[in-house]
Amino acid sequence: MNFEPMNFITNLPYMVKGMLGIAVVILIIIGITMLVDHISRPGETGSDESN
Amino acid sequence: MEWIEFLYENVATNFDIRMLIMWVIGGILIYLAIKKDMEPTLLLPIGFGAILVNLPLSGVITRGANEGALTVLYEAGIANELFPLLLFIGIGAMIDFGPLLSNPKLMIFGAAAQFGIFFTLCTASMFFDIKDAASIAIIGAADGPTSIVVAQALKSKYLGAIMVAAYSYMALVPIIQPPVIKLLTTKKERLIRMPYKANEVSKTTKILFPIIITVVTGLIAPNSVALVGFLMFGNLIRECGVLNSLSETAQHVLANLVTILLGITIASQMQYDTFLQVDTLLILGLGLVAFIFDTAGGVLFAKFLNLFLKKKVNPMIGAAGISAFPMSGRIVHKMGLAEDNQNFLLMHSMAVNVSGQIASVIAGGLILNFFM
Repeated sequence: MNFEPMNFITNLPYMVKGMLGIAVVILIIIGITMLVDHISRPGETGSDESN
Repeated sequence: MEWIEFLYENVATNFDIRMLIMWVIGGILIYLAIKKDMEPTLLLPIGFGAILVNLPLSGVITRGANEGALTVLYEAGIANELFPLLLFIGIGAMIDFGPLLSNPKLMIFGAAAQFGIFFTLCTASMFFDIKDAASIAIIGAADGPTSIVVAQALKSKYLGAIMVAAYSYMALVPIIQPPVIKLLTTKKERLIRMPYKANEVSKTTKILFPIIITVVTGLIAPNSVALVGFLMFGNLIRECGVLNSLSETAQHVLANLVTILLGITIASQMQYDTFLQVDTLLILGLGLVAFIFDTAGGVLFAKFLNLFLKKKVNPMIGAAGISAFPMSGRIVHKMGLAEDNQNFLLMHSMAVNVSGQIASVIAGGLILNFFM
């Protein structure tokens, strides 16, 4: 095991890519989910059951 | 007299004082599981398994031509990541995404609370090679199966230490999170009320949700398909409404069966010569860093959002985005009540907590994408 402090800086791009990646995926999921719920909401289509 | 000779020739000469230390560690894990009720489903089998594998010439580990049961189980279910994936079916079947689906925007807090994973990745890379650093960082996912899958896929040699850290800190969430939350929030912020209004969620949404997550995540991070897919498969079994007996089986029989095998098999990686290293202490420390910065990430993100929101959120719910379900959600709710006994944060905090489960699996998939 070696102590390489500069690796923290070198690997910061993974932090940026990782957080951005999660954010993008979650935002897409939020958008699609809201759209699906809006389309399938009971009373608007008259054909879906709700829980 | 023969047995004394046997004891001396075979056992005493193969005994190492470090085995005794591992028995103590195993005993501590068993004590914590039983007496303190800390994640007993995993800590007890891990603790007992640690004792099993650290007996001289233990027959549970393969030695030469003699196959050991735990080694066979390891090859059958951990080395190929099968056991954690099967467990994920059970976990998916247990999760009710209803509170989250009634306010899907809360998922963003689950995303923010994965910050600790990537911060720990950078920190751990100062001491370990990048794949080991990534395997250690995934402790911050606060999710046993994800940690196992990632550590195994990246062929980390620290699986035993990573699992002990992950499950121990999951059990310690009630101790770790509150001081971090209090440090990062003001009394005024903790008093912010969030009235809950239940929005109806259609059955179609509940059925499509696991499919949407699987497809979206799988397209962006293909290496996450196994993790996300099995979790969402379990949830789909639950929500479809026509597989109730399968859902019950997944939640109880399957989950319990796999958990029994998983815990004791992980212990096969806790042999004294690999576990008792300075690296193990460092991994335990880094695991704590991951949990702390997960909590901080969620809370600080909520505070940041409040700069732009007219209707403020209580920043404590950001901390619930850590995937320790349902403990983290309950902790935030209790802290809210402690500040104001009319402030019921439970539905919001549980929704965020559940979103943390999704986000942590996505994080695991991204880590695999980066480093495989």
